[in-house]
Amino acid sequence: MIEAQGLTKRYGRTVAVNDLSFTVQPGRVTGFLGPNGAGKSTTMRMILGLDNPTAGTVRINGKRYSELHQPLSKVGALLDAKWVHPNRSARSHLRWIAASNRIPVKRVDEVLEAVGLTSVAGKRAGGFSLGMSQRLGIATALLGDPGVLLFDEPVNGLDPEGILWIRQFMHRLAAEGRTVFVSSHLLSEMALTAQDLVVIGRGRLIAQTSTREFIDAASESAVRVRGPEMERLHGVLTSQGLTVRDVPDGDDGPAALLVPNASTDQIGELVGKVGLVLHELSTKRGSLEQAFIQLTGQDVEYQAGRPGVPGGGPVAPPQAAGGVFTPPPANATTPGGNGR
Amino acid sequence: MTLLTVERIKLFSTRSPWWCMILATVLTVGLTTIFAATVKSQDLADFDPGTTQFAYNFGLVVMMVMSTLAVTTEYRFSTIRSTFLAVPTRTPALLAKGVVVAGLAGLVGEVTAVGSWGLAKVIQPDAPLSLNTANEYRNVFGVGLVYLFASVFALAVGLIVRQSAGAIVIELVYLFLLENLLPAIPRIGDHIQHWLPFTVGDNFIVANQTHHADGPPVIEGMPFGPWGSLVYFAAICLGLFVIGCALAKRRDA
Repeated sequence: MIEAQGLTKRYGRTVAVNDLSFTVQPGRVTGFLGPNGAGKSTTMRMILGLDNPTAGTVRINGKRYSELHQPLSKVGALLDAKWVHPNRSARSHLRWIAASNRIPVKRVDEVLEAVGLTSVAGKRAGGFSLGMSQRLGIATALLGDPGVLLFDEPVNGLDPEGILWIRQFMHRLAAEGRTVFVSSHLLSEMALTAQDLVVIGRGRLIAQTSTREFIDAASESAVRVRGPEMERLHGVLTSQGLTVRDVPDGDDGPAALLVPNASTDQIGELVGKVGLVLHELSTKRGSLEQAFIQLTGQDVEYQAGRPGVPGGGPVAPPQAAGGVFTPPPANATTPGGNGR
Repeated sequence: MTLLTVERIKLFSTRSPWWCMILATVLTVGLTTIFAATVKSQDLADFDPGTTQFAYNFGLVVMMVMSTLAVTTEYRFSTIRSTFLAVPTRTPALLAKGVVVAGLAGLVGEVTAVGSWGLAKVIQPDAPLSLNTANEYRNVFGVGLVYLFASVFALAVGLIVRQSAGAIVIELVYLFLLENLLPAIPRIGDHIQHWLPFTVGDNFIVANQTHHADGPPVIEGMPFGPWGSLVYFAAICLGLFVIGCALAKRRDA
Protein backbone atom coordinates (compact mmCIF):
# COMPACT_ATOMS: atom_id res chain seq x y z
CA MET A 1 0.00 0.00 0.00
CA ILE A 2 1.27 3.44 -0.95
CA GLU A 3 -0.14 6.57 0.68
CA ALA A 4 0.71 10.06 -0.49
CA GLN A 5 -0.30 13.03 1.64
CA GLY A 6 -0.15 16.57 0.28
CA LEU A 7 2.86 15.72 -1.84
CA THR A 8 4.37 18.84 -3.41
CA LYS A 9 7.52 19.41 -5.47
CA ARG A 10 8.69 22.81 -6.62
CA TYR A 11 11.61 23.55 -8.91
CA GLY A 12 12.19 27.24 -8.46
CA ARG A 13 8.89 28.80 -9.53
CA THR A 14 7.63 25.76 -11.38
CA VAL A 15 5.31 23.52 -9.43
CA ALA A 16 5.81 20.00 -10.72
CA VAL A 17 3.60 18.27 -8.18
CA ASN A 18 0.97 20.21 -6.30
CA ASP A 19 -0.60 18.97 -3.06
CA LEU A 20 -1.12 15.45 -4.32
CA SER A 21 -2.85 12.90 -2.08
CA PHE A 22 -3.80 9.38 -3.08
CA THR A 23 -3.61 5.77 -1.97
CA VAL A 24 -2.63 2.69 -3.93
CA GLN A 25 -4.19 -0.56 -2.74
CA PRO A 26 -2.57 -3.99 -2.77
CA GLY A 27 -3.87 -6.82 -4.94
CA ARG A 28 -4.77 -4.54 -7.84
CA VAL A 29 -3.03 -2.81 -10.68
CA THR A 30 -3.36 0.92 -10.14
CA GLY A 31 -2.74 3.15 -13.11
CA PHE A 32 -1.09 6.51 -12.69
CA LEU A 33 -2.43 8.51 -15.56
CA GLY A 34 -1.61 11.96 -16.81
CA PRO A 35 -0.36 13.80 -19.88
CA ASN A 36 3.35 14.21 -20.49
CA GLY A 37 4.84 16.58 -17.95
CA ALA A 38 2.01 16.12 -15.47
CA GLY A 39 4.42 15.14 -12.70
CA LYS A 40 4.12 11.34 -12.79
CA SER A 41 7.83 10.59 -12.81
CA THR A 42 8.56 13.23 -10.19
CA THR A 43 5.92 11.68 -7.96
CA MET A 44 7.40 8.22 -8.46
CA ARG A 45 10.88 9.50 -7.63
CA MET A 46 9.51 11.06 -4.45
CA ILE A 47 7.82 7.77 -3.49
CA LEU A 48 11.22 6.11 -3.81
CA GLY A 49 13.10 8.75 -1.86
CA LEU A 50 15.21 9.82 -4.84
CA ASP A 51 13.77 13.34 -4.84
CA ASN A 52 12.93 15.17 -1.65
CA PRO A 53 9.37 16.53 -1.60
CA THR A 54 9.06 20.27 -1.00
CA ALA A 55 6.08 19.46 1.20
CA GLY A 56 3.99 16.46 2.15
CA THR A 57 4.88 12.85 2.74
CA VAL A 58 4.55 9.55 1.00
CA ARG A 59 4.61 6.25 2.85
CA ILE A 60 4.93 2.68 1.73
CA ASN A 61 3.24 0.26 4.12
CA GLY A 62 3.33 3.02 6.70
CA LYS A 63 7.02 3.85 6.33
CA ARG A 64 8.99 6.35 4.34
CA TYR A 65 11.23 4.75 1.74
CA SER A 66 14.38 5.88 3.52
CA GLU A 67 13.23 4.11 6.68
CA LEU A 68 12.98 0.72 4.97
CA HIS A 69 15.59 -1.86 5.85
CA GLN A 70 16.83 -3.75 2.75
CA PRO A 71 14.30 -1.77 0.67
CA LEU A 72 14.64 -3.87 -2.48
CA SER A 73 12.90 -6.74 -0.71
CA LYS A 74 9.90 -4.49 -0.04
CA VAL A 75 9.71 -2.19 -3.05
CA GLY A 76 10.73 -2.88 -6.63
CA ALA A 77 10.84 -0.15 -9.22
CA LEU A 78 11.39 0.31 -12.91
CA LEU A 79 11.60 4.03 -13.52
CA ASP A 80 13.88 3.98 -16.52
CA ALA A 81 15.16 0.92 -18.35
CA LYS A 82 18.33 2.82 -19.27
CA TRP A 83 19.61 3.00 -15.69
CA VAL A 84 22.28 0.45 -16.55
CA HIS A 85 25.98 0.83 -17.27
CA PRO A 86 26.13 -0.06 -20.99
CA ASN A 87 29.40 -1.97 -20.66
CA ARG A 88 28.23 -4.12 -17.78
CA SER A 89 26.59 -7.46 -18.50
CA ALA A 90 22.95 -7.97 -17.53
CA ARG A 91 24.05 -10.54 -14.98
CA SER A 92 26.70 -8.28 -13.41
CA HIS A 93 24.17 -5.48 -13.25
CA LEU A 94 21.72 -7.65 -11.32
CA ARG A 95 24.50 -9.17 -9.25
CA TRP A 96 25.63 -5.90 -7.71
CA ILE A 97 22.08 -4.80 -7.01
CA ALA A 98 21.33 -8.16 -5.41
CA ALA A 99 24.48 -7.99 -3.29
CA SER A 100 23.50 -4.57 -1.95
CA ASN A 101 20.43 -6.01 -0.22
CA ARG A 102 21.82 -9.46 0.60
CA ILE A 103 19.72 -11.13 -2.05
CA PRO A 104 21.20 -14.55 -2.91
CA VAL A 105 22.93 -14.85 -6.29
CA LYS A 106 20.63 -17.66 -7.38
CA ARG A 107 17.76 -15.16 -7.35
CA VAL A 108 19.58 -13.31 -10.15
CA ASP A 109 19.27 -16.35 -12.38
CA GLU A 110 15.65 -16.82 -11.35
CA VAL A 111 14.60 -13.32 -12.39
CA LEU A 112 16.61 -13.53 -15.60
CA GLU A 113 14.68 -16.71 -16.34
CA ALA A 114 11.36 -15.07 -15.37
CA VAL A 115 11.82 -12.26 -17.90
CA GLY A 116 13.37 -14.48 -20.53
CA LEU A 117 16.87 -13.00 -20.62
CA THR A 118 18.84 -16.09 -19.56
CA SER A 119 20.41 -16.52 -22.98
CA VAL A 120 21.82 -12.97 -23.07
CA ALA A 121 22.73 -12.71 -19.38
CA GLY A 122 26.44 -12.39 -20.14
CA LYS A 123 26.01 -9.81 -22.92
CA ARG A 124 26.66 -6.14 -22.30
CA ALA A 125 23.45 -4.32 -21.47
CA GLY A 126 24.31 -1.41 -23.77
CA GLY A 127 23.61 -3.62 -26.77
CA PHE A 128 20.11 -4.53 -25.66
CA SER A 129 17.05 -3.53 -27.64
CA LEU A 130 14.43 -1.41 -25.90
CA GLY A 131 12.30 -4.47 -25.21
CA MET A 132 15.23 -6.35 -23.70
CA SER A 133 16.24 -3.32 -21.59
CA GLN A 134 12.68 -3.10 -20.37
CA ARG A 135 12.78 -6.77 -19.39
CA LEU A 136 16.07 -6.24 -17.57
CA GLY A 137 14.46 -3.34 -15.73
CA ILE A 138 11.58 -5.57 -14.68
CA ALA A 139 14.04 -8.26 -13.59
CA THR A 140 15.74 -5.60 -11.45
CA ALA A 141 12.43 -4.63 -9.88
CA LEU A 142 11.61 -8.26 -9.10
CA LEU A 143 15.01 -9.12 -7.60
CA GLY A 144 13.98 -8.77 -3.97
CA ASP A 145 10.55 -10.37 -4.55
CA PRO A 146 8.93 -7.15 -3.26
CA GLY A 147 5.30 -6.65 -2.26
CA VAL A 148 5.13 -3.19 -3.82
CA LEU A 149 6.06 -2.54 -7.44
CA LEU A 150 6.34 0.74 -9.33
CA PHE A 151 6.65 1.00 -13.09
CA ASP A 152 7.07 4.27 -14.97
CA GLU A 153 5.76 4.13 -18.53
CA PRO A 154 6.77 0.48 -18.92
CA VAL A 155 5.24 -0.01 -22.35
CA ASN A 156 6.67 3.13 -23.97
CA GLY A 157 8.21 2.26 -27.29
CA LEU A 158 7.50 -1.45 -27.05
CA ASP A 159 6.12 -3.59 -29.85
CA PRO A 160 2.67 -5.18 -29.42
CA GLU A 161 4.17 -8.44 -28.21
CA GLY A 162 6.14 -6.64 -25.53
CA ILE A 163 3.13 -4.58 -24.48
CA LEU A 164 1.00 -7.69 -24.10
CA TRP A 165 3.74 -9.44 -22.13
CA ILE A 166 4.10 -6.56 -19.67
CA ARG A 167 0.34 -6.20 -19.28
CA GLN A 168 -0.07 -9.87 -18.41
CA PHE A 169 2.94 -9.70 -16.13
CA MET A 170 1.37 -6.89 -14.13
CA HIS A 171 -1.94 -8.71 -13.81
CA ARG A 172 -0.06 -11.73 -12.51
CA LEU A 173 1.85 -9.64 -9.97
CA ALA A 174 -1.35 -8.03 -8.71
CA ALA A 175 -3.10 -11.39 -8.55
CA GLU A 176 -0.33 -12.53 -6.22
CA GLY A 177 -1.51 -9.84 -3.83
CA ARG A 178 1.15 -7.25 -4.60
CA THR A 179 0.65 -3.52 -4.88
CA VAL A 180 1.28 -2.56 -8.50
CA PHE A 181 1.49 1.13 -9.43
CA VAL A 182 2.08 1.80 -13.10
CA SER A 183 2.20 5.15 -14.83
CA SER A 184 1.17 5.91 -18.37
CA HIS A 185 0.00 8.78 -20.51
CA LEU A 186 -2.26 6.48 -22.51
CA LEU A 187 -5.77 5.98 -21.19
CA SER A 188 -6.42 3.28 -23.76
CA GLU A 189 -3.50 1.30 -22.38
CA MET A 190 -4.54 1.85 -18.79
CA ALA A 191 -8.09 0.78 -19.63
CA LEU A 192 -6.67 -2.67 -20.36
CA THR A 193 -4.04 -2.83 -17.62
CA ALA A 194 -5.32 -1.08 -14.52
CA GLN A 195 -8.30 -1.73 -12.28
CA ASP A 196 -7.89 1.55 -10.41
CA LEU A 197 -6.74 4.92 -11.61
CA VAL A 198 -5.01 7.91 -10.09
CA VAL A 199 -5.35 10.67 -12.67
CA ILE A 200 -3.24 13.81 -12.47
CA GLY A 201 -2.76 16.87 -14.63
CA ARG A 202 -0.24 19.64 -14.01
CA GLY A 203 0.75 17.99 -10.78
CA ARG A 204 -2.74 18.08 -9.29
CA LEU A 205 -5.06 15.20 -8.61
CA ILE A 206 -7.92 15.05 -11.09
CA ALA A 207 -9.48 11.78 -10.03
CA GLN A 208 -8.93 8.68 -8.00
CA THR A 209 -11.45 6.07 -9.00
CA SER A 210 -11.86 2.69 -10.60
CA THR A 211 -10.98 2.51 -14.27
CA ARG A 212 -14.50 1.40 -15.19
CA GLU A 213 -16.14 4.37 -13.51
CA PHE A 214 -13.62 6.76 -14.93
CA ILE A 215 -14.19 5.63 -18.48
CA ASP A 216 -17.98 5.58 -18.14
CA ALA A 217 -17.97 9.07 -16.74
CA ALA A 218 -15.32 10.41 -19.02
CA SER A 219 -16.51 9.25 -22.40
CA GLU A 220 -19.83 11.00 -22.87
CA SER A 221 -22.25 9.34 -25.24
CA ALA A 222 -24.61 11.28 -27.44
CA VAL A 223 -27.24 10.52 -30.06
CA ARG A 224 -26.83 11.90 -33.53
CA VAL A 225 -30.09 12.73 -35.30
CA ARG A 226 -30.62 13.95 -38.84
CA GLY A 227 -33.71 14.51 -40.97
CA PRO A 228 -35.07 16.69 -43.74
CA GLU A 229 -36.94 18.99 -41.35
CA MET A 230 -34.13 19.95 -38.97
CA GLU A 231 -35.86 22.94 -37.42
CA ARG A 232 -38.98 21.05 -36.44
CA LEU A 233 -36.81 18.23 -35.17
CA HIS A 234 -34.86 20.66 -33.02
CA GLY A 235 -38.11 22.04 -31.58
CA VAL A 236 -39.53 18.61 -30.75
CA LEU A 237 -36.37 17.55 -28.92
CA THR A 238 -35.93 20.75 -26.93
CA SER A 239 -39.60 20.75 -25.97
CA GLN A 240 -38.91 17.47 -24.16
CA GLY A 241 -36.17 19.15 -22.13
CA LEU A 242 -33.30 17.58 -24.01
CA THR A 243 -30.08 19.47 -24.69
CA VAL A 244 -29.56 19.76 -28.42
CA ARG A 245 -26.41 20.83 -30.19
CA ASP A 246 -26.17 21.74 -33.85
CA VAL A 247 -23.45 19.95 -35.74
CA PRO A 248 -22.58 21.77 -38.96
CA ASP A 249 -21.85 20.09 -42.25
CA GLY A 250 -18.37 18.57 -41.92
CA ASP A 251 -16.12 15.54 -41.99
CA ASP A 252 -18.56 13.55 -39.86
CA GLY A 253 -21.26 13.89 -42.49
CA PRO A 254 -24.01 16.35 -43.28
CA ALA A 255 -25.38 18.76 -40.70
CA ALA A 256 -27.12 17.02 -37.82
CA LEU A 257 -28.20 17.40 -34.21
CA LEU A 258 -26.32 15.94 -31.29
CA VAL A 259 -28.28 15.03 -28.14
CA PRO A 260 -26.11 14.16 -25.16
CA ASN A 261 -27.29 11.80 -22.45
CA ALA A 262 -30.13 10.34 -24.46
CA SER A 263 -30.79 6.94 -25.99
CA THR A 264 -31.71 6.14 -29.57
CA ASP A 265 -34.88 4.36 -28.29
CA GLN A 266 -36.04 7.47 -26.49
CA ILE A 267 -35.48 9.79 -29.45
CA GLY A 268 -36.85 7.37 -32.01
CA GLU A 269 -40.12 7.03 -30.10
CA LEU A 270 -40.35 10.77 -29.53
CA VAL A 271 -39.91 11.59 -33.19
CA GLY A 272 -42.25 8.77 -34.25
CA LYS A 273 -45.05 10.22 -32.14
CA VAL A 274 -44.99 13.48 -34.08
CA GLY A 275 -44.52 11.70 -37.38
CA LEU A 276 -41.23 13.17 -38.47
CA VAL A 277 -38.96 11.53 -41.02
CA LEU A 278 -35.42 10.66 -39.95
CA HIS A 279 -32.39 10.05 -42.15
CA GLU A 280 -30.08 9.15 -39.34
CA LEU A 281 -30.31 8.01 -35.73
CA SER A 282 -27.11 6.75 -34.16
CA THR A 283 -25.10 6.67 -30.93
CA LYS A 284 -21.84 8.57 -30.86
CA ARG A 285 -19.39 7.58 -28.20
CA GLY A 286 -16.34 9.77 -27.60
CA SER A 287 -12.99 8.00 -27.80
CA LEU A 288 -11.00 7.46 -24.66
CA GLU A 289 -8.42 9.89 -25.97
CA GLN A 290 -11.04 12.58 -26.44
CA ALA A 291 -12.36 11.94 -22.97
CA PHE A 292 -8.90 12.12 -21.51
CA ILE A 293 -8.10 15.36 -23.28
CA GLN A 294 -11.42 16.78 -22.19
CA LEU A 295 -10.68 15.96 -18.56
CA THR A 296 -7.08 17.01 -18.51
CA GLY A 297 -7.46 19.74 -21.11
CA GLN A 298 -6.77 22.61 -18.75
CA ASP A 299 -4.00 20.63 -17.21
CA VAL A 300 -1.76 19.89 -20.13
CA GLU A 301 1.53 21.65 -19.71
CA TYR A 302 2.75 21.58 -23.28
CA GLN A 303 -0.09 22.16 -25.65
CA ALA A 304 0.08 22.66 -29.39
CA GLY A 305 -1.39 25.85 -30.79
CA ARG A 306 -1.89 27.47 -27.39
CA PRO A 307 1.26 29.24 -26.35
CA GLY A 308 1.34 29.37 -22.60
CA VAL A 309 -1.74 29.85 -20.51
CA PRO A 310 -2.06 33.58 -20.13
CA GLY A 311 -4.08 35.13 -17.37
CA GLY A 312 -4.82 31.92 -15.57
CA GLY A 313 -7.45 32.05 -12.90
CA PRO A 314 -9.19 29.21 -11.17
CA VAL A 315 -9.39 25.99 -13.10
CA ALA A 316 -12.92 24.81 -13.57
CA PRO A 317 -13.54 21.40 -12.06
CA PRO A 318 -13.85 18.75 -14.73
CA GLN A 319 -17.36 18.14 -15.95
CA ALA A 320 -18.44 14.72 -14.91
CA ALA A 321 -21.57 12.89 -14.01
CA GLY A 322 -22.01 10.71 -10.99
CA GLY A 323 -19.75 12.63 -8.67
CA VAL A 324 -16.82 10.27 -9.07
CA PHE A 325 -14.38 13.11 -9.20
CA THR A 326 -12.86 14.52 -6.10
CA PRO A 327 -13.22 18.28 -6.22
CA PRO A 328 -9.97 20.16 -6.71
CA PRO A 329 -8.65 21.99 -3.68
CA ALA A 330 -10.33 25.32 -3.12
CA ASN A 331 -7.14 27.28 -3.61
CA ALA A 332 -6.22 25.52 -6.83
CA THR A 333 -5.06 27.86 -9.52
CA THR A 334 -3.31 27.26 -12.76
CA PRO A 335 0.39 27.05 -12.02
CA GLY A 336 2.14 29.88 -13.80
CA GLY A 337 -1.07 31.84 -13.94
CA ASN A 338 -0.88 33.47 -10.57
CA GLY A 339 0.84 36.76 -10.25
CA ARG A 340 3.16 36.54 -13.22
CA MET B 1 30.81 -5.49 4.23
CA THR B 2 28.10 -6.24 1.69
CA LEU B 3 28.42 -2.72 0.36
CA LEU B 4 32.15 -3.22 -0.17
CA THR B 5 31.28 -6.29 -2.23
CA VAL B 6 28.80 -4.21 -4.22
CA GLU B 7 31.39 -1.57 -5.03
CA ARG B 8 33.93 -4.24 -5.90
CA ILE B 9 31.50 -5.86 -8.37
CA LYS B 10 30.67 -2.46 -9.86
CA LEU B 11 34.29 -1.47 -10.26
CA PHE B 12 35.54 -4.68 -11.80
CA SER B 13 32.56 -5.49 -14.02
CA THR B 14 33.48 -2.76 -16.49
CA ARG B 15 36.70 -2.48 -18.39
CA SER B 16 37.83 1.09 -17.81
CA PRO B 17 39.21 0.55 -14.26
CA TRP B 18 41.39 -2.24 -15.60
CA TRP B 19 42.71 0.00 -18.35
CA CYS B 20 43.37 2.81 -15.88
CA MET B 21 45.27 0.47 -13.57
CA ILE B 22 47.39 -0.90 -16.42
CA LEU B 23 48.02 2.57 -17.81
CA ALA B 24 49.01 3.99 -14.42
CA THR B 25 51.47 1.19 -13.81
CA VAL B 26 52.94 1.08 -17.29
CA LEU B 27 53.35 4.86 -17.52
CA THR B 28 55.06 5.27 -14.19
CA VAL B 29 57.18 2.14 -14.18
CA GLY B 30 57.98 2.52 -17.89
CA LEU B 31 59.22 6.11 -17.50
CA THR B 32 61.35 5.15 -14.50
CA THR B 33 62.81 2.25 -16.47
CA ILE B 34 63.82 4.55 -19.31
CA PHE B 35 65.23 6.98 -16.78
CA ALA B 36 67.19 4.25 -15.03
CA ALA B 37 68.58 2.90 -18.29
CA THR B 38 69.78 6.32 -19.42
CA VAL B 39 71.34 7.67 -16.22
CA LYS B 40 74.83 9.05 -16.94
CA SER B 41 77.54 7.15 -15.14
CA GLN B 42 78.82 10.28 -13.38
CA ASP B 43 75.30 10.86 -11.95
CA LEU B 44 74.97 7.30 -10.74
CA ALA B 45 75.90 8.22 -7.18
CA ASP B 46 72.84 10.50 -7.04
CA PHE B 47 70.43 7.80 -8.25
CA ASP B 48 68.80 7.07 -4.90
CA PRO B 49 65.42 5.51 -3.99
CA GLY B 50 63.71 8.91 -3.94
CA THR B 51 64.78 9.59 -7.50
CA THR B 52 63.11 6.38 -8.73
CA GLN B 53 59.75 7.93 -7.76
CA PHE B 54 60.10 11.03 -9.97
CA ALA B 55 57.31 9.82 -12.30
CA TYR B 56 54.70 8.95 -9.67
CA ASN B 57 52.50 11.87 -10.70
CA PHE B 58 51.68 10.20 -14.03
CA GLY B 59 50.12 7.16 -12.41
CA LEU B 60 48.56 9.38 -9.77
CA VAL B 61 46.65 11.40 -12.36
CA VAL B 62 45.43 8.25 -14.09
CA MET B 63 44.17 6.79 -10.82
CA MET B 64 42.49 10.08 -9.99
CA VAL B 65 40.71 9.91 -13.32
CA MET B 66 39.62 6.35 -12.54
CA SER B 67 38.33 7.44 -9.14
CA THR B 68 36.36 10.33 -10.58
CA LEU B 69 34.89 8.11 -13.27
CA ALA B 70 33.81 5.61 -10.63
CA VAL B 71 31.43 8.32 -9.39
CA THR B 72 30.55 10.29 -12.51
CA THR B 73 29.70 7.29 -14.71
CA GLU B 74 27.20 6.32 -12.02
CA TYR B 75 25.57 9.70 -12.50
CA ARG B 76 25.94 9.55 -16.28
CA PHE B 77 24.13 6.20 -16.52
CA SER B 78 21.88 6.86 -13.52
CA THR B 79 23.10 3.72 -11.77
CA ILE B 80 23.59 6.07 -8.81
CA ARG B 81 19.80 6.02 -8.57
CA SER B 82 19.76 2.24 -8.38
CA THR B 83 22.47 2.54 -5.73
CA PHE B 84 20.38 4.99 -3.73
CA LEU B 85 17.29 2.81 -4.15
CA ALA B 86 19.22 -0.07 -2.65
CA VAL B 87 20.79 2.08 0.10
CA PRO B 88 18.36 4.96 0.72
CA THR B 89 20.49 6.49 3.47
CA ARG B 90 23.12 6.98 0.72
CA THR B 91 26.14 7.68 2.95
CA PRO B 92 27.10 4.02 3.62
CA ALA B 93 27.14 3.32 -0.13
CA LEU B 94 29.36 6.33 -0.79
CA LEU B 95 31.73 5.42 2.06
CA ALA B 96 31.99 1.89 0.68
CA LYS B 97 32.83 3.30 -2.72
CA GLY B 98 35.49 5.49 -1.12
CA VAL B 99 37.07 2.54 0.67
CA VAL B 100 37.12 0.28 -2.39
CA VAL B 101 38.22 2.85 -4.98
CA ALA B 102 40.75 4.67 -2.82
CA GLY B 103 42.03 1.36 -1.48
CA LEU B 104 42.60 0.16 -5.01
CA ALA B 105 44.34 3.41 -5.94
CA GLY B 106 46.59 3.04 -2.91
CA LEU B 107 47.43 -0.50 -3.93
CA VAL B 108 48.24 0.57 -7.49
CA GLY B 109 50.39 3.36 -6.01
CA GLU B 110 52.39 0.83 -4.01
CA VAL B 111 52.76 -1.44 -7.03
CA THR B 112 54.05 1.40 -9.21
CA ALA B 113 56.36 2.65 -6.46
CA VAL B 114 57.87 -0.74 -5.69
CA GLY B 115 57.92 -1.62 -9.39
CA SER B 116 59.77 1.59 -10.30
CA TRP B 117 62.30 1.15 -7.51
CA GLY B 118 62.74 -2.59 -8.13
CA LEU B 119 63.29 -2.25 -11.87
CA ALA B 120 65.70 0.64 -11.33
CA LYS B 121 67.65 -1.56 -8.93
CA VAL B 122 67.76 -4.36 -11.47
CA ILE B 123 68.92 -2.02 -14.26
CA GLN B 124 71.49 -0.11 -12.14
CA PRO B 125 72.75 -2.54 -9.50
CA ASP B 126 75.64 -0.23 -8.71
CA ALA B 127 73.47 2.77 -7.82
CA PRO B 128 72.80 3.46 -4.11
CA LEU B 129 69.27 2.09 -4.31
CA SER B 130 69.00 -0.14 -1.27
CA LEU B 131 66.50 0.92 1.35
CA ASN B 132 68.22 1.48 4.66
CA THR B 133 66.84 4.52 6.42
CA ALA B 134 63.26 5.32 7.42
CA ASN B 135 63.52 8.22 4.99
CA GLU B 136 64.27 5.92 2.10
CA TYR B 137 61.43 3.58 2.99
CA ARG B 138 59.06 6.56 3.06
CA ASN B 139 60.44 7.82 -0.28
CA VAL B 140 59.23 4.60 -1.91
CA PHE B 141 56.38 3.15 0.14
CA GLY B 142 54.87 6.52 0.96
CA VAL B 143 53.72 6.89 -2.65
CA GLY B 144 50.79 4.51 -2.12
CA LEU B 145 49.39 6.67 0.65
CA VAL B 146 49.49 9.76 -1.55
CA TYR B 147 47.65 7.80 -4.26
CA LEU B 148 45.05 6.75 -1.73
CA PHE B 149 44.21 10.24 -0.53
CA ALA B 150 44.46 11.76 -4.01
CA SER B 151 41.84 9.18 -5.02
CA VAL B 152 39.60 10.35 -2.16
CA PHE B 153 40.08 13.91 -3.47
CA ALA B 154 39.07 12.79 -6.97
CA LEU B 155 36.01 10.91 -5.69
CA ALA B 156 34.96 14.05 -3.85
CA VAL B 157 35.28 16.23 -6.95
CA GLY B 158 33.22 13.62 -8.83
CA LEU B 159 30.49 13.73 -6.18
CA ILE B 160 30.37 17.50 -6.21
CA VAL B 161 30.50 18.03 -10.00
CA ARG B 162 28.69 14.78 -11.04
CA GLN B 163 29.93 15.08 -14.60
CA SER B 164 32.96 13.26 -16.02
CA ALA B 165 34.44 15.91 -18.30
CA GLY B 166 33.86 18.77 -15.90
CA ALA B 167 35.27 16.96 -12.89
CA ILE B 168 38.38 15.73 -14.70
CA VAL B 169 39.11 19.14 -16.22
CA ILE B 170 38.81 20.76 -12.79
CA GLU B 171 41.24 18.23 -11.33
CA LEU B 172 43.79 18.61 -14.12
CA VAL B 173 43.62 22.39 -14.13
CA TYR B 174 44.02 22.45 -10.40
CA LEU B 175 46.84 19.92 -10.30
CA PHE B 176 48.93 21.13 -13.21
CA LEU B 177 48.08 24.81 -13.46
CA LEU B 178 46.96 26.22 -10.14
CA GLU B 179 49.38 24.35 -7.91
CA ASN B 180 52.22 25.34 -10.25
CA LEU B 181 51.20 28.91 -11.02
CA LEU B 182 50.03 30.16 -7.63
CA PRO B 183 53.59 30.04 -6.22
CA ALA B 184 54.62 32.45 -8.98
CA ILE B 185 52.66 35.29 -7.38
CA PRO B 186 55.21 37.73 -5.97
CA ARG B 187 55.69 38.00 -2.21
CA ILE B 188 52.74 35.78 -1.15
CA GLY B 189 53.29 33.00 -3.69
CA ASP B 190 55.73 31.09 -1.52
CA HIS B 191 53.41 31.19 1.45
CA ILE B 192 50.50 29.96 -0.63
CA GLN B 193 52.62 27.16 -1.99
CA HIS B 194 53.36 25.85 1.48
CA TRP B 195 49.67 25.15 1.99
CA LEU B 196 48.67 23.75 -1.41
CA PRO B 197 47.40 20.22 -0.70
CA PHE B 198 49.24 18.31 -3.42
CA THR B 199 52.47 20.20 -2.78
CA VAL B 200 52.17 19.31 0.89
CA GLY B 201 51.24 15.73 -0.04
CA ASP B 202 54.37 15.53 -2.19
CA ASN B 203 56.39 16.83 0.76
CA PHE B 204 55.40 13.68 2.64
CA ILE B 205 57.36 11.65 0.09
CA VAL B 206 60.29 13.94 -0.62
CA ALA B 207 60.86 15.63 2.76
CA ASN B 208 64.36 15.33 4.21
CA GLN B 209 65.69 14.17 0.88
CA THR B 210 69.01 15.61 -0.24
CA HIS B 211 68.32 17.83 -3.19
CA HIS B 212 70.21 17.23 -6.43
CA ALA B 213 69.71 17.94 -10.12
CA ASP B 214 68.08 14.63 -11.12
CA GLY B 215 66.01 14.16 -8.00
CA PRO B 216 62.50 15.40 -7.35
CA PRO B 217 62.22 19.06 -6.31
CA VAL B 218 62.28 19.51 -2.55
CA ILE B 219 60.68 22.70 -1.33
CA GLU B 220 62.41 24.33 1.60
CA GLY B 221 60.62 25.74 4.61
CA MET B 222 57.44 23.63 4.50
CA PRO B 223 55.31 24.12 7.61
CA PHE B 224 55.06 20.38 8.39
CA GLY B 225 57.46 17.49 8.58
CA PRO B 226 56.72 14.44 6.43
CA TRP B 227 53.99 12.89 8.58
CA GLY B 228 52.44 16.21 9.42
CA SER B 229 52.28 16.86 5.69
CA LEU B 230 50.46 13.59 5.15
CA VAL B 231 47.94 14.40 7.87
CA TYR B 232 47.31 17.84 6.35
CA PHE B 233 46.90 16.40 2.84
CA ALA B 234 44.61 13.62 4.12
CA ALA B 235 42.50 16.10 6.07
CA ILE B 236 41.93 18.24 2.97
CA CYS B 237 40.98 15.21 0.84
CA LEU B 238 38.72 13.66 3.47
CA GLY B 239 37.13 17.04 4.21
CA LEU B 240 36.28 17.48 0.55
CA PHE B 241 34.87 13.94 0.49
CA VAL B 242 32.63 14.72 3.45
CA ILE B 243 31.31 17.76 1.56
CA GLY B 244 30.73 15.57 -1.51
CA CYS B 245 28.80 12.98 0.54
CA ALA B 246 26.72 15.66 2.23
CA LEU B 247 25.79 17.14 -1.15
CA ALA B 248 24.96 13.72 -2.59
CA LYS B 249 22.72 13.00 0.38
CA ARG B 250 20.90 16.31 0.17
CA ARG B 251 20.46 16.67 -3.58
CA ASP B 252 17.81 14.97 -5.67
CA ALA B 253 19.35 11.94 -7.34
